[in-house]
Amino acid sequence: MIKTLAKSLREYRKPALLTLVIIMGEVFFEVLIPFFTADMINMIKDGAALSEVLLLGGKLAVMAVLSLLCGAFAGRTCAQASTGFARNLRRDMFTRVQAFSFENIDKFSSASLVTRMTTDVSNVQFAFMMLIRTAVRAPLMFIFAITMAFIMGGRLAMTFVVVVPVLIFGLLMIARKALPAFRSVFRKYDKLNESIEENVRAMRVVKGFAREDYEKRKFAAAADGICADFTRAERIVALNMPLMQLCMYFNMVFILTVGARLIVSSAGTLIDVGQISAMLTYGVQVLMSLMMLSMIYVMLTISAESAKRISEVLVEEPTLTDPAEPVAQVADGSIDFENVSFKYSEHAKNYALSDISLHIDSGMTVGILGGTGSSKTTLVQLIPRLYDVTEGAVKVGGVDVRAYDTDTLRNAVSMVLQKNELFSGTIRDNLRWGNENATDAELVEACKLAQADSFVQSFPDGYDTRIEQGGTNVSGGQKQRLCIARALLKKPKILILDDSTSAVDTRTDALIRAGFKSFIPETTKIIIAQRVASVEDADLILVLDNGRIADRGTHAELMQTSEIYREIYQQQTKGGEDNA
Amino acid sequence: MPRTRSGQTVNLKGGRPQADMSALGRALRRLFAYYPRLAPLTMGCILFSAVISSIPSLFIQNVIAIIERWYSTGDWASARPEILHYVIILAVLYVLALLSTTLYTQLMAIMTQGYLNKLRQELFNEMQTLPIRFFDTHQHGDVMSYYTNDIDTLRMLISQSLPTFIQSGAIVLVVLGIMLYFSVWMTLVLLLGVVAMFYVTKTVGGGSARYFVKQQQSLAETEGFVQEMMNGQKVVKVFNHESESIAAFDRLNDALRDNSYRANAYANILGPIINNIGNILYVVLAIAGGVFLLTGVPNVSLSGSAFSISILVPFMNMAKQFTGNVNTLSQQINQIVMASAGAGRVFKLMDEQPETDEGYVTLVNVVENPDGSLTETAERTGKWAWRHPHGDGTLTYTLLKGDVRLTEVDFAYEEGKPVLHDVSVFAEPGQKVAFVGATGAGKTTITNLINRFYDIADGKIRYDGININKIKKADLRRSLGIVLQETNLFTGSVMDNIRYGRLDATDAECVEAARLAGADDFISRLPEGYSTELTNNGANLSQGQRQLLAIARAAVADPPVMILDEATSSIDTRTEAIVQRGMDKLMEGRTVFVIAHRLSTVMDADVIMVLDHGRIIERGSHEKLLAEKGTYYQLYTGAFELE
Repeated sequence: MIKTLAKSLREYRKPALLTLVIIMGEVFFEVLIPFFTADMINMIKDGAALSEVLLLGGKLAVMAVLSLLCGAFAGRTCAQASTGFARNLRRDMFTRVQAFSFENIDKFSSASLVTRMTTDVSNVQFAFMMLIRTAVRAPLMFIFAITMAFIMGGRLAMTFVVVVPVLIFGLLMIARKALPAFRSVFRKYDKLNESIEENVRAMRVVKGFAREDYEKRKFAAAADGICADFTRAERIVALNMPLMQLCMYFNMVFILTVGARLIVSSAGTLIDVGQISAMLTYGVQVLMSLMMLSMIYVMLTISAESAKRISEVLVEEPTLTDPAEPVAQVADGSIDFENVSFKYSEHAKNYALSDISLHIDSGMTVGILGGTGSSKTTLVQLIPRLYDVTEGAVKVGGVDVRAYDTDTLRNAVSMVLQKNELFSGTIRDNLRWGNENATDAELVEACKLAQADSFVQSFPDGYDTRIEQGGTNVSGGQKQRLCIARALLKKPKILILDDSTSAVDTRTDALIRAGFKSFIPETTKIIIAQRVASVEDADLILVLDNGRIADRGTHAELMQTSEIYREIYQQQTKGGEDNA
Repeated sequence: MPRTRSGQTVNLKGGRPQADMSALGRALRRLFAYYPRLAPLTMGCILFSAVISSIPSLFIQNVIAIIERWYSTGDWASARPEILHYVIILAVLYVLALLSTTLYTQLMAIMTQGYLNKLRQELFNEMQTLPIRFFDTHQHGDVMSYYTNDIDTLRMLISQSLPTFIQSGAIVLVVLGIMLYFSVWMTLVLLLGVVAMFYVTKTVGGGSARYFVKQQQSLAETEGFVQEMMNGQKVVKVFNHESESIAAFDRLNDALRDNSYRANAYANILGPIINNIGNILYVVLAIAGGVFLLTGVPNVSLSGSAFSISILVPFMNMAKQFTGNVNTLSQQINQIVMASAGAGRVFKLMDEQPETDEGYVTLVNVVENPDGSLTETAERTGKWAWRHPHGDGTLTYTLLKGDVRLTEVDFAYEEGKPVLHDVSVFAEPGQKVAFVGATGAGKTTITNLINRFYDIADGKIRYDGININKIKKADLRRSLGIVLQETNLFTGSVMDNIRYGRLDATDAECVEAARLAGADDFISRLPEGYSTELTNNGANLSQGQRQLLAIARAAVADPPVMILDEATSSIDTRTEAIVQRGMDKLMEGRTVFVIAHRLSTVMDADVIMVLDHGRIIERGSHEKLLAEKGTYYQLYTGAFELE
């Protein structure tokens, strides 16, 4: 996991390492300064000349300035390294997701990907920053301070032999007890927030059923439980401070008593007053460095959860790869399914598609009908190789789709997805997804064909009208027609409409189909629809049931042979006279 | 707590956060309101421990003075009692400090979490009372960030900034006092340095806070972009648009990095600067002290004692303590700016006007007496009545039948933009009333008015002859079952989700409702049947299956009036026919309002209302409307687009 994340450090390895080095300098001065201040006090006490005092003061001031420069510089490089690392992590995740196949995408919910790229990265960034600031500082400080304490204080430093193990043991105990508690409560806390989101989203249901009080009780129970858990965990961590103080105070008392005795009994030859005050300072430094280490340990462990979630994305291997020598040209729009079976995952019990064999000539119009869950979408998704078949083969233009370069294949096979999205930006921007170099004339032409031009022209800003996030400012039918226009701009050899006109009225729907017929006759058109009317005039209609082609034929044939088809047809024209 | 859980990902839009000191005060006052005894006790402990831990320097000074007096003699035996005297006092102080620290850190842990819990619950309860209008006009992500980010900033405030302020503030004051006790001159030298520290904190710390705000804005933008792209990831794949979206992401990501870098760089630099001003100050003090010692300048001090090395040494230590605490205080700046903004937002939500309810007519169970009169009962009888207390003290009971009448109703969501004009609808018990019309014609608005999600501007709505404004909202809504196009399910089992419609429904009743709704079939094919756990709004179900569950949920509530707003839009026509049969059985003798896009869904309604721009332009049965050859006829023949 750490290895995976570390790969994203790249160009920020330098500032990270630099930080470590500079912090060594900072620590060096921080430890040295009390040494000289002790000297200074002794000097003053011994009645040294002012010039000597000034000289030493000058040295000290220089050290302080150097220490400041180190600190400031390290602060910058550290910020550079940690924010840069976070940037790379976000970028690597985003890039990785772009390489995902549909199968990979299905594995992660979009909400969880968003959290991984924001909150989790922020947590890791923060932990990383603390790490590089403290990883060198704390141990170095500890070593320096304890060494200096032994040099300066001699026997007095024996106090650390007692205090340090006690503190380390105490801190470890606290961390060991607190960490599992925190980890479990964080997970619960995330769940609590999810339940709030659920409540907000479902507010009409809550109010509609007058369930406000029920929701309050439900929330209070969950929140109280989490509060109790959190409190338990925090109370353990809260022992850090008293433990630290205990050690510090013990140190103080020990140094004062034993130190006083040493000075007095040796008449100031073994140790002097200045050394005592330096010892007190070192004492604090030794303990602080241990405290820092324990804090970083706790923090790293807690953010490990975030790191894990990030690395899950980074190590996810795209399940579709291009062949070594891809075919770079799609000959025509013919499609063949040869004994195709498909299931969404290896472990799935049931096949979504079973034993499909099918030939479609280039330029044909094919309609697909079938109930919810009959695998209509699954079938067409195999054509632009959004998923790979489990058994058998799908061929486009006579070549197995797995032999093509994916970009080439998908440029030739344009699919309008059922759950389609427009992106924030102008209508023009959105259409150019189909072809970034499309001229305005081409845009208009595609829109005319998709019956979108007239309503786009009716907007005050026309093709420059801004689409809001999620396409909320156009109606469902308008959105669908824009999506069709966008797909047409690719000038594909095969066009697939997956229930793409469900919100479009029947007349416009018919106009779109008539346009297809006269303007793109050589393009193979595959139309999945709920309405019989949308597929009635197709060259071939497939009726899917439970992952199999139950019936196939033209409208006239199916009315004779297919019971399901007849049932759907009658259902939709029940009581009606002329359902155009 | 050692980490900012999500404090760095405040979902900020626009100019937030602005420091809002009054909100900060309110947040703190609330702590005392929640914990009227514990909070002052804790503050007292913090103060006590702060004061008591700064006193020892005095004693250290005394001990050193004694050492100085005795060390030339080398006579430890004589020095010992004097030194021990002070050491014992010191030890006693330390024990007290330790006790109060232990106490306050434990209390802080309890109070911080308790405070957050109470605040969170208060916020949640407050939110439940808000009108639908609030939720219609606020982004869900925005509402969520009250709970995650804004409350989180308050956690940092209560658990860190507050104790730090009390503690460091107190230490600074106490140490200042002690220093004045020793030497006024030296203290003045120190204060000069402190002025410099304040100046640095203001510029550097202010810069940091400014960039933290920018960082949050960048983060919100990046988050928005990622959200959009992740939702549309399949479209990206289909259009080979990967490299373009990476390029767009890079721009936002780099801006985020830049702002984040500046914010953190400033924050990181502040510490070393203040710290080393402290060091330089130390040197200056030592030199000044040396000069004072050497030149014998008369000391001015509260103690009146002369300047000596035994004053200089503890003074230097105190100076270190003093600057150290000023540094600690300066580190809290970002936290406080963020917390005040967070508190401002939290209280803004709490101050929102709750949904008002002057209704006094309630829904009660009744038994029908042989003479036709009604008697209220606590048991569930299956018969309901409106309990209507009148001004003159009398009480009448009206049997719940489901007769809904809208008379000349006008309505506007926003003043000056009327959505409904003069709408009259009469739905008798057992009738099926359908609304047809383009998006924005006002179909859903009518149902919003019947259950009083919004209140009408003019006209009248009567339910069983009672003005709905007189009916308690909860009871009114209990008598109306709604199924919406967008289905929302809750985390929990399938059974729990159906039972949401009526909390005391038995398992058998839930299963029966599912059967009526045509949901039983797919539920029994789920891995765990009715015990299957649903998460993430039922993400593992298809849209159509979720709609079936929502219908079952409404069915178990067994309401006399049902509102179906595009409730079967995602169900294929074959399944819809099955649902329809169940619904017909369910709705026998009940009033149903149906809004549907698919005309086959509404064809068999008793009356169909065609809405256009907030007016009913046609009404009548399917046959009648077809015969009129008006708008409905055109819709039916496909000449118009329904959107």
